[in-house]
Amino acid sequence: MKRIASASAAGLLFGLGLAISGMTNPDKVLNFLDVAGSWDPSLAVVMGAALAISVPGFAWLRRRGRSFSGAALPEPPSARLDARLLAGSALFGIGWGIAGYCPGPALANLAQGSGEAVLFVVALLAGSQLARWAGPRNE
Amino acid sequence: MPTEFTPVSALIGGALIGLAATTLYAALGRIAGISGLLNQALEQTAERGWRVAFLLSLIAGAALWFVFGIDVPAPRRDFPLPWLIVAGLLVGFGTRLGNGCTSGHGICGLARLSKRSLVAVASFMACGAATVFVLRHLIGGIA
Repeated sequence: MKRIASASAAGLLFGLGLAISGMTNPDKVLNFLDVAGSWDPSLAVVMGAALAISVPGFAWLRRRGRSFSGAALPEPPSARLDARLLAGSALFGIGWGIAGYCPGPALANLAQGSGEAVLFVVALLAGSQLARWAGPRNE
Repeated sequence: MPTEFTPVSALIGGALIGLAATTLYAALGRIAGISGLLNQALEQTAERGWRVAFLLSLIAGAALWFVFGIDVPAPRRDFPLPWLIVAGLLVGFGTRLGNGCTSGHGICGLARLSKRSLVAVASFMACGAATVFVLRHLIGGIA
């Protein structure tokens, strides 16, 4: 129950932050990516502000060693770079650059009753299943 | 459509996102990566509850701002649907293959000082910018 409550609080803050920052507006995202045109640097400020909290927060928890529920923190990230990671993030970037939605803002836009967001999320889930069944396996 | 640089709301919203990611990591020891949480919420039976709670609360948090916030723009409606579907397929396929999106690699992965996440962020930012450049400046728009 405590885990559900904590996850709900985190989700609420996350969705509120996405909406307040304007990142739920796909035009703002596309304009961030449009460095040669109508550039809007807001997304860089959003990421910078988020990291200004998460970098010291995560470092403090790493020193502490455990989460507050007693659950272990995840293993330190692997440093191995592979083709899956590179191809996957490249394809994600292309899709992001076409419509201006990444998964979080697309979900948040469901709250606005955006028909676009509904269609996008359905396509996103289909793409994810495609990669699960047809994509290269994890080694 | 041009948009204005909004540094204050970007700072406030960004700080809330960072706080949210830190809260989930502190409370549960979990990474707030939306693409991964969505996949796992739909596919796993174990530990599904908190993931579903997080995702539904994310939508509720955004709804709060859409209802009570100031200067909330109306949702975009005129985007060509075939392009929207192609974009969704690519984002779903790519985030599964690359194990993360803007939140998992961008906010959490970088906070964990992950070299993989740094490479992923550089890759999706560069590919996103290149795509916008091609679509807007070489082809002249898709709408």
